Amino acid sequence: MNNRHTLSVLVENKPGVLTRFTGLIARRGFNIHSLAVGVTEYDELSRITVVVDVNDVPLEQVTKQLNKLVNVIKIVELEPETSVRRAHIIYKVKANAATRPQVASAVEMFRAKIVDVGPDSVSIEATGELGKVDALREVLEPFGIKEIVQSGTVAIGRGAKSITDRALRG
Amino acid sequence: MAAKPSTAKDTGNQPAATPVTATPSSIRRAAGPDVLTGAQAIVRSLEKLEVDTVFGLPGGTILPTYDPLFETDKIRHILVRHEQGAGHAAEGYAASSGKLGVCIATSGPGATNLITALADAHMDSVPMLAITGQQASGLLGTDAFQEADIVGMTMPVTKHSFLVTKAEDIPAALINAHHIATTGRPGPVLVDITKDAQTGTAPFVWPEEPVLPGYRPVLKPHAKQIREAARLISEAARPVFYIGGGVIRSEAEKELLRLAEATNIPVATTLMARGAFPDSHRLHLGMPGMHGSVPAVTAFQKSDLLIAIGARFDDRVTGKLDSFAPDAQVIHADIDPAEIGKNREVDVAIVGDAREVLAEMLNELRGKFPKALERQREPWWRFLNRLKQTYPLGYDRHGELCDPQYVISRISALTGPEAVYAAGVGQHQMWAAQFVEFERPKSWLNSGGLGTMGYSVPAAMGAKVAQPDRVVWAIDGDGCFQMTNQELATCALNNIPIKVAIINNSSLGMVRQWQTLFYDGRYSNTDLNTGHETIRIPDFVKLAEAYGCEALRVDRNDDVDAAIEKALSINDRPVVLDFTVPPDAMVWPMVAAGVSNDEIEYARGIRPEFDGEGEEEAEAAIAEADADEDGTVRSVAQIEGGLE
Repeated sequence: MNNRHTLSVLVENKPGVLTRFTGLIARRGFNIHSLAVGVTEYDELSRITVVVDVNDVPLEQVTKQLNKLVNVIKIVELEPETSVRRAHIIYKVKANAATRPQVASAVEMFRAKIVDVGPDSVSIEATGELGKVDALREVLEPFGIKEIVQSGTVAIGRGAKSITDRALRG
Repeated sequence: MAAKPSTAKDTGNQPAATPVTATPSSIRRAAGPDVLTGAQAIVRSLEKLEVDTVFGLPGGTILPTYDPLFETDKIRHILVRHEQGAGHAAEGYAASSGKLGVCIATSGPGATNLITALADAHMDSVPMLAITGQQASGLLGTDAFQEADIVGMTMPVTKHSFLVTKAEDIPAALINAHHIATTGRPGPVLVDITKDAQTGTAPFVWPEEPVLPGYRPVLKPHAKQIREAARLISEAARPVFYIGGGVIRSEAEKELLRLAEATNIPVATTLMARGAFPDSHRLHLGMPGMHGSVPAVTAFQKSDLLIAIGARFDDRVTGKLDSFAPDAQVIHADIDPAEIGKNREVDVAIVGDAREVLAEMLNELRGKFPKALERQREPWWRFLNRLKQTYPLGYDRHGELCDPQYVISRISALTGPEAVYAAGVGQHQMWAAQFVEFERPKSWLNSGGLGTMGYSVPAAMGAKVAQPDRVVWAIDGDGCFQMTNQELATCALNNIPIKVAIINNSSLGMVRQWQTLFYDGRYSNTDLNTGHETIRIPDFVKLAEAYGCEALRVDRNDDVDAAIEKALSINDRPVVLDFTVPPDAMVWPMVAAGVSNDEIEYARGIRPEFDGEGEEEAEAAIAEADADEDGTVRSVAQIEGGLE
């Protein structure tokens, strides 16, 4: 966990950019822990949030190489203290009439949300730091988790500054 | 057969007829940009980019572009015999001239045949543009005939690439590709253009400048870093310049010469930088690395300050990394920030163009550290000069057959430094790097990073096209020559009279050398049967003659000069000289792979004398150099007196 880094990357919104980006990381032999790609406030830019497990020295090297990609506009490492990071996760848990209230109370404690109920299962949506959603998972585990789906972590710096500031100059 | 598109007759040279034909010409010009086919737009874009030569070979998906290419008189297309030849020819064209090299191929196998050349250009930072045809956009991803995802395949070996599926996107893609290939750290760019983009039409709009928001190479070095570098230089007792190919690519040779002479600091030029500093100069130590000179290798090992410019601490230079230049602080200047600190930690990192970096360093030294420019560094030089005298480049004479080192040194002596020398990969490459006397940049072409056998003949061809007034030698091996010699046909038919010297030791010589040294002389699959006392398949003389070349076999040192003179006198066709050399000749000095540079062998089993007396003397010289460290100028007598 100590070597986990979150990079926020502004890229041109063009076909093939994600392949170049992930290809370069794969070539260095790093595993991508989580990946999220989406729009920004500018049509011509996309934003990649990538979480990688890697030591500082190789991280610096891969960051420099990612910066060399022509379609990459800007790379910022977001530190835990100065950023907000969120992952979105849905758990499908075994639950019958007897266990459902227990599941519901766990969900309540974590401020998660039940989004689907069936005779033998409930689906629970949670949003938060990975630590928090992992803790929810531990609580749900005894009931029997049937399925997990998780988004990549997205992250944003705290305060008024925007990483797109000055990114579009020249 | 490609039908000539009827929508626009423009060939790129003349203003196109606009759809409104009845209006007077003055109004016609204001009516808007010419409507061109994508194929015409490719040709016109290349003209706009002042591309005068392309190397290529047509096929189905690039056919539309070959039609307007047939008509333009501004671009010379040279039809190669294999796309790899087009790629290396573009590299040779670029490396010998400093201009962009351009090659064209069709989709599928045509494109995949370019990959080796692209990878080669990527490793050696050669400005190159590859244009490939691609299946029609509607067929992409369907395994259509001659379809290959060449953009995907070449991502790791290109600086950038474009897939163009619309005619209107062609001019922007090509101006951007040109800009990326030729600026910053140069490199190969691939532009893959679908057939429907070539046959479709669009108004030809030439962008005023490239638009690449994510591409801003840093050329100007940071003043603070330059000051810090100058301070280290002023304090160092045993500094040495570690000069890489970046100095040649940025055309920084004059700035290097000025700085080296002003500071009296020794210079070592890597395999990629041969010619960046004159071999004949008193400050030059030779080439560092696995087959480097004893003075250059030892200077790095004993140095207290490496000033690396446009170099990348390649394993073939550093040897075992953790024992490389153990006492040295490092200034590392490179245009590519990702190279700095990649292999060796640095004390001063400078991102910038080599020319600006070297010029700024000298300015800073003059302005802030003028005393550093008065230092003669006599003890350091006494140590280095003793190495130069004791361990010059040399070789053992075989006696009967030609000595490869002799052949190469005679080619150099009789042809001179104005020529271009292109080598393949292996023993002959190392001998050429050692025994050709380089006096000017861009006179040495070789495959340094990728180590591509077969580079020599097509690269020489490209160089001869770029520099028709220079003599161009391909110094090749019998193994390498068999990989790309088909381009002799291209040379013979297109009046490209290169000269080829095959250093024929009848084997894959460098591999054989390693088998001799590290595999107990077990010569597994290295015998090629092309040379002395073999059946000579193929017979290179007959082969060259079949290709329309003049050809000669030379078996003895006594005949070497006459053969070279004859080759130099023939300029209406290519010449191939087949020099018979012994298979047992080896490249020395040598640092074995993965071993410390301290273990350099001057010849087999002979290490420079750093034990006993020699070692003491070296230590004393280094101690003296260190005593001189405060930067004040003292006479030798003072230094020696002060040490007692």
